[in-house]
Formats: sequence, C-alpha cells, structure tokens
Amino acid sequence: MKNKEILLGPLSKNNPVIVQVLGICSALAVTSKLEPSIVMALSVTVVVALANVVISLLRNTIPNSIRIIVQLVVVAALVIVVDQVLKAFAYDVSKQLSVFVGLIITNCIVMGRLEAFALSHRPWESFLDGIGNGIGYGLILIIVGFFRELLGSGTLLGFQVIPEICYEWGYQNNGLMILPPMALIVVACIIWIHRIYNKDLQEK
Amino acid sequence: MYNMESLNLFIKSIFIDNMIFAYFLGMCSYLAVSKTVKTSLGLGIAVTFVLTLTVPVNYLLENYILKPGALSWLGESFADVDLSFLSLIFFIAVVASMVQLVEMVVERFSPSLYASLGIFLPLIAVNCAILGGSLFMQQRAFDSVGTATVYGFGSGIGWLLAIVGIAAIREKLAYSNVPAPLKGIGITFIITGLMGIAFMSFLGIKL
Repeated sequence: MKNKEILLGPLSKNNPVIVQVLGICSALAVTSKLEPSIVMALSVTVVVALANVVISLLRNTIPNSIRIIVQLVVVAALVIVVDQVLKAFAYDVSKQLSVFVGLIITNCIVMGRLEAFALSHRPWESFLDGIGNGIGYGLILIIVGFFRELLGSGTLLGFQVIPEICYEWGYQNNGLMILPPMALIVVACIIWIHRIYNKDLQEK
Repeated sequence: MYNMESLNLFIKSIFIDNMIFAYFLGMCSYLAVSKTVKTSLGLGIAVTFVLTLTVPVNYLLENYILKPGALSWLGESFADVDLSFLSLIFFIAVVASMVQLVEMVVERFSPSLYASLGIFLPLIAVNCAILGGSLFMQQRAFDSVGTATVYGFGSGIGWLLAIVGIAAIREKLAYSNVPAPLKGIGITFIITGLMGIAFMSFLGIKL
C-alpha cells in the first residue's frame, strides 16, 4: 500500500466510524457540543498515532500470547498522559468529557488499528495509519457535533450563530438534538448519505 | 431504608442510566454481536457477570489504595499520598485479569456455559461498558461495597436488556424492506436511537 492511501483511505472509503463501525461509544457520547468533539478528536488521534508507533517498534519482541495486555498497558499509559494534559490545560472541557477520556483505552479504534495494522507494519506507516484513522474518526465527530450544537442550542463553539430575529419570528431550538438518542440518528443519516454515494459499501 | 436505596439505585442503573441508551458504552460489541437473540443473551450474561465482579473490586482498590489519603491505613506518613492518576491503569489491569479469571473458573466448573459463551468472554476485556462501570463508580463515590455491587449488577442487567431487545428487533428486520443504503448498520443505529427515546420515558422514576 502507498503511504498516501494509508493516510487518506480512512477518511471516507475505510472510515473507522461509519464503515468499520469502531469507536462508536465515544463518538456518540461527547458530541452534544462542538468543542468537546474537537478535543476528543485530537486526543484520540494523538493516542492512536503514538500507540501505533510504539507497538510497531515493539512488534518483533512481543510474544503473541500476551500481546493484548502489552497493548492495553501502552494505550493506558498514553491515555493517562493525555488525561493529565487535558486536566492541566483545558480543565473545563476535561470536566465535560468526564469518563470518556479514560474510555479511550477501550476505544475499539485504538485496539483495532493496533491489531490490524501496527503489529505487521513499519513505524512510519503505522504512524500515518494512526493519523489517518484519527482524522477519519474526528471528521465524523465534528460533523455530528456541528449539527447537534447548531440545531440543538443555536450556537457553534459557544457563539450564537442563529440571529436573534429568527427567535422573534418564532424559531425554536430543537432540544431533542442535545439528548443522547439523536446522536445515533445523526450518525445513521451520515451513513445513509455516505452509502448512497458509495454503493459498494451497501450491505446485501 | 438502606435496602430501599439499593433498590432505587438498581432500577435507576437499569432504566435511566442505561449503559447503552444514556452513555453509549459497549456499543461496539452491541452492534457487532446483536444479530441473533441467543448469542446476544450469552454476551449479555457474561457482561453482567464481569461487571458485578469488577465494580466492587475496583471500588476497594479506589478506596484503599488510589484515592488521595486512601493509604492512611498503612500509617501516618502515607496519609497525603495521592495515586489517583494511576487509576486508569489499575482499573484496566483488574478488568483484564478478572476476565481471564472468570474464563478459567467458568471453564473448570461449567463447561457447557463456557461453550455457549465461547469467544465472548475474552472480548469483554475491551468492552467499554466494563471500564465505564468502574469509572462511573469512581466519579459517583458510592458509600459502600454493597452499593457499588448493586450498581455493577444493575448496569449489567441494563446492558443485557438493551442487547437482547435490539437482537429481537433485528431478527424481525430481516424480513422488512429497508432502503439499501440504510441496510445493516444504518437501520440499527436508528432503531437504537428510537429505543433510547423510549427509554427516556423512565426519566424521573423514583421509588
């Protein structure tokens, strides 16, 4: 595989969230606002890329039978670093994300890429794969966060974007968009649109 | 009074703070394994089992080793040690080893259950619902091991309920005419969303 393909494949054709269906848990839970979505996307990208590099460097020395434990320890160590950095520099967002920073450890994207890619490829390619998958994941998060915040609160990144005059004419924020179930339905709509244009991904 | 509170927490963790509908935890295996009722029942039981064990164990770890000041039982000089930054790595180690332990015990004492759970047991180690249970336990600071156990069991049952429900619906869906791009994963997302809305009607129930 070419490096460009490794980097750009996960953006659409091989997207981790809507095609491989990995890492759904955090993708849905943190997206009621745009800001935590962006922070989460960055954190996951950093963790996937670095974990891929570390495991790829270690890949010839890890015995097959204990590789899961080794992967978990590497990922957990990286997540602790990310968690502490967030607490230090972005405390409010870190509070909003609550347990979901810790849950990056069990984010299937991380484990999935380690198992499927890093264990059998060189560090530089693994790094690109990690960045690509992180961005592919982040893309979906940001799209979902964008629509949920825009329709649910009428703001983006905390700034009012829907003009006051609309409210005076009777426009109302759709409170349902902020509630958890709507995240699923927004993702389903993204899958729907994506698969209309990518017929080969449709099931049966 | 104490029992009433436990029961309340139990109901709450099943219906209101449902792992799947309110927090989306364990979605990966929820989506991947919910094709038939039988296998999803097996996975649900395994998850409930492991959650009921790991939440209290992590509760003890949290309160006697990790919390700021938790080591004071070792002596005065340990009173201000704060190991809470280690909690993630401790919790995931407990989850991974518990899953391993449960696997060995089940294999030894009930080969038939082991055969029916199959590959699901090892997969549970990376199910977010398990680690999520422990992290919520840490966040909510329960007052005793008993409460933590009730919470773990209740969350497990909630997860079991959700996965069996969606599996039953997906079995029926096989006969319906879904738009092609939505087939499979898309329609499952929408149904989960609708189930989530239905579960929201339990909000505010208090015994």
